[in-house]
This record gives sequence, C-alpha cells and structure tokens, in this order.
Amino acid sequence: MTCFPDAPDVARRLLLKGALAGGLAGLGFAASGSFAFADVNAKDWPADAFKQKGEAETLKDLYGKAAEVSDKITLDAPEIAENGAVVPVSVASTLPNVTAISILVLENPNTLAAAYKIPEGTEPSVSNRLKMAKTSKVVAVVEAGGKLYSASKEVKVTVGGCGG
Amino acid sequence: MASTIRVRAVASGDSTEVQSLIQHPMDSGFVKDSKGELIPAHHIEVVTFEHGGKVVFTAYWGPAVSKDPYVKFKFKGGKKGDDLKVSWVDNKGASDSMVAKIQ
Repeated sequence: MTCFPDAPDVARRLLLKGALAGGLAGLGFAASGSFAFADVNAKDWPADAFKQKGEAETLKDLYGKAAEVSDKITLDAPEIAENGAVVPVSVASTLPNVTAISILVLENPNTLAAAYKIPEGTEPSVSNRLKMAKTSKVVAVVEAGGKLYSASKEVKVTVGGCGG
Repeated sequence: MASTIRVRAVASGDSTEVQSLIQHPMDSGFVKDSKGELIPAHHIEVVTFEHGGKVVFTAYWGPAVSKDPYVKFKFKGGKKGDDLKVSWVDNKGASDSMVAKIQ
C-alpha cells in the first residue's frame, strides 16, 4: 500500500519568519458543478468525490461533468519534488467567473487532494501543499461560468510517500 | 490552549492576501506506525474564511493535504483592522476557530 511520509514541521517556522510568501508554490484543484459543490456556502465535505480513483470519475462525482484543457490556467508545481510529503502547488486562472478550483494527483490512492470554493470577489488563485505518493501527473481543475477547465503537469517525486 | 490556527491577512489596495497555517497531523490512513499497524485517517475536511459575515473562501481537504496545512488566497473588500474569521472541522468532529485582524 502506498504511504505518505510525515511532513517536516516547517510550517510554523515559516510563518514565524514571515517567509511564507517566498518559496511556497501552491496547489490548485478546481471543483464545481455537482449538487455538493453548487452552493458556495455549503459546509458539507464531498466525501464521495474524495474516495474516487481517476480523473474522470472524480470530476464526475464532484462536478457532474468533464473538463476541457485550457491555457488560461497556471499550474505551478516543482518539476522534481524531493519530498513527496510536502509538494507546493499553486493554481491561478485568468478565466472569468471562476467559482471553484480543485487539485488532483492522479497516482495517489485517492485522486482528489483538495477543492476550493471561490465566491464572487475572491481571486481565482490558490496555493497549498500536498502529499504525493510517487511521481504523478497533477491536474488543476477550474470551474468558470459553469464549465470545467483543466491544466496538468508531471511532478517527479524522488523520495516517495514511503520514505524509501 | 494556544490556537491551532495562524493567519496573516494583509490588505493591499483593494485586495487582501490571506495566508494560513493550521496545526494538524493530517494522517492519510495509509501510513503504518512502529508496530506495523495502520494509523487511521485523521484530517481536516473543511476550512472556512469569513469576512464581514460573508464566506470569502472555503477549502475542502482530503488526506493528501500535507501535515500542518498551508493555504494562500486573495479576496477583495477587506480593509486594515477588519476581522477575518477562520474555522476548521476534521473527520473526527474536532474543530477550532479564531478571529484575526487584517493588517
């Protein structure tokens, strides 16, 4: 079974140093469209979507539709992640009317890593840090104007989720 | 007890950049302990950020989000001195919240 290494406890130190802005890329996942995700104020965690395996199944569960590739999404992730426990990923988009962003790691045990709701007035830009079990394609999905768009990038993981 | 949440929200022009760190193990459910037994999944599910009574950002996290999760986003309308409320709940029903001032 795949495992994830423990992330080093760098977060607090980074904040204390006020150094968060530098060096941290973000992960972006776009999720939107399905009943669970339609209401921006819904508090429910989309449990089923987080159990899915595969991009198509995950998007179908989360949004009820498929995504088309777009060049208006910026997916920022390292080419090579030395530590699969902490992979910085950022997603931003120049698409209008973005309502959700989600991030998928296709080779993880469960494809969906994180999903974000972007209400009106919030910029379509998210940075976060994800665990990756092994080298994988990372997919950013952006819901904009009721449609789904995606961008992807291959991230090589040198020290995988199992710490060798 | 100290809050599990650290937030830095800085207003610049008409937009506010929010960075937050939450202390949480984010156990994936796939890792074994020293006795070879699986550590059950224990992760934050939902984080909400509220400003002026309105939710400005919601994060839905699975077990693949790194330990002590970090997230950054920007929203419009925040002013220096405004309150920003951050709340999270995990898959075991634990939760925490705090109110930070926008700088």
